[in-house]
Amino acid sequence: MLSYITRRLLQSVPLLVGVSIIGFGLMHLAPGGPLAVYTLNPTITNQDIERIRLVLGLDQPVHIQYLKWAAGMFTGNWGNTFFGGRPVLDVILERMPATFLLMGSALSLAILIGVTIGILGAVRRYSVFDTLATTGAMVALSFPTFWFGLMAIYFFAVRLGWLPSGGMFELGEEGNPLDLLRHLVLPAIVLALVITAIWSRYARSSLLEVLHQDYMRTAKAKGLRPRERLLRHAMPNALKPLIALLGIELPALFSGALVTETIFGWPGMGRLFVDALNMKEYPILMGMIMFTALFVIAGNLIADVIIALLDPRVRLS
Amino acid sequence: MSSAARAGVMRRFTRHHLALFGGVTVVLLCLSALLAPAIAPRDPLLLDTSVRFLLPFASWTFPLGTDELGRDTLSRLLYGGQISLTVGLVAMATTVVTGSVIGLLAGYLGGWTDTLLMRFVDTMLCFPQVFLLLVVAAFIPPTLISISLIIGLTSWMEVARIVRSEILHLKEQDFIQAARALGAGKTRIMFQELLPNIVAPLLVAATLKVAAAVLMESYISYLGYGVQPPLASWGNMLTNAQGYFDTVPWLAILPGVMITLTVMGFNFLGDGLRDALDPRLRMESRPANAPTLRTRRLACLEQNDSASRAGKRWLVAWRRR
Repeated sequence: MLSYITRRLLQSVPLLVGVSIIGFGLMHLAPGGPLAVYTLNPTITNQDIERIRLVLGLDQPVHIQYLKWAAGMFTGNWGNTFFGGRPVLDVILERMPATFLLMGSALSLAILIGVTIGILGAVRRYSVFDTLATTGAMVALSFPTFWFGLMAIYFFAVRLGWLPSGGMFELGEEGNPLDLLRHLVLPAIVLALVITAIWSRYARSSLLEVLHQDYMRTAKAKGLRPRERLLRHAMPNALKPLIALLGIELPALFSGALVTETIFGWPGMGRLFVDALNMKEYPILMGMIMFTALFVIAGNLIADVIIALLDPRVRLS
Repeated sequence: MSSAARAGVMRRFTRHHLALFGGVTVVLLCLSALLAPAIAPRDPLLLDTSVRFLLPFASWTFPLGTDELGRDTLSRLLYGGQISLTVGLVAMATTVVTGSVIGLLAGYLGGWTDTLLMRFVDTMLCFPQVFLLLVVAAFIPPTLISISLIIGLTSWMEVARIVRSEILHLKEQDFIQAARALGAGKTRIMFQELLPNIVAPLLVAATLKVAAAVLMESYISYLGYGVQPPLASWGNMLTNAQGYFDTVPWLAILPGVMITLTVMGFNFLGDGLRDALDPRLRMESRPANAPTLRTRRLACLEQNDSASRAGKRWLVAWRRR
């Protein structure tokens, strides 16, 4: 097991190098390079820009710059924001809890509903429910998240007035968990829609595959009741591999969270990213790109290790 | 007829209908986009502040009403369709070409080329697509072509994986041996022998990629980094509509319906094509996705195995004709 984890960790190294090279390249793709934002500021003279260039080490050869930057990423020195000069990593970490709360609730909701739908569909294959569910999943996958969000706001916030249309807390209610929950319902459902569809499709096809295997016939021949066969024999084998989806779908989850946060004014990392885009805060943009990519690498690693721990069928060698 | 058999028939029936619905939707959308100049009742950019916020179906001159500047919604939707479909198709072409070339090179050449290219694919998959798209879109002046290229160049990875796994199967077969024995060069084998044999899975992937690209275009246009006003796109029409949302919901509903219809049309069509190319191996009877170290392949399974097998059989049958 330990050797598997070590090997899996080593496999992530080329990914880390690749991600950092692309991230570094993107930064230099910015129009006018990393200092472009200063050239628009009339109070900053050309000498100032030259000095900043020296301070930031931008006069050095590219590979030295890359190594310095990568070392900075590694030690938590992700640079400072253009406006305010705060450490980028602090700014990102500050927004992390809000995003993770949203992503976590949406994901739990989606897995719960999606897997249930998938199981029911596989057990009653080709039934009316199954047909509706598979068609419904396809329709849900075609919905633009932001439009679904707007429609949800229109019906539940504007017309019915049941739920708030955006933000995380009402004024003066900061920290009230009930108020937070009320604000969380709509964005979590909107973000969960597409993920639910994905999970139901995978759960259904994974369970169907298992249901037709020989050991299931053996279990039936032994006289086990259908419920027992499903719960004790089929489901563990069908659902464990789906843990990999947690890692695989992570980039899509981040993308979805960005869109959802923008519509609902949810003060998370996605919102930070869009604000940074509008303000041309390149350090934050680069920081966010790197943060999400690193998180995806870590997520996949953890998902793979969990599967290896739970599922003896995984070949460790 | 037993209830199970009846249900099976019903299911095949609905599936066909969904694919048919997808196909018809796609054809109608393409026609309406092509014929937009002929059938649009007005110039989509023509302002007329005397007729702001007209409701749909209220007058013959403005069948679907007008927006905050008195522009005709129907005309804007039609011209917006032109833009969405153009971006969708160009992005799809970029995706398919990039993905095929990388997949072919990695699959056929193998060795270090394969390792390097596939690590590159893995790396690209670590970035959330919307983040990557927005950063690049913010750096490059947004034109129709640049938006399409950016979308295409951030979504080719799955295609590369599909193509590579196809090629790994195909390259061991006799006809490739024969081609090699006849002295065919690598380029010739890759592009004239192998490529024609993966047309079917590519077709399915391409159809689904159009759907994904249309969706992406609407995302970034909605966020303000895609198609720029006054040019109408479904995404930026929604951004506009958001300002008058509580009073005139129509303006937000219509472009959203168009996006959903388009994406759904291509998705159903792609799904139908997958089934049609392979009637025996439908989604649920795919080969085992038993967990292995390459769990990431799970992501491609859906487009991958059934389609490829079907494609090969289909082509063999087609050539024997």
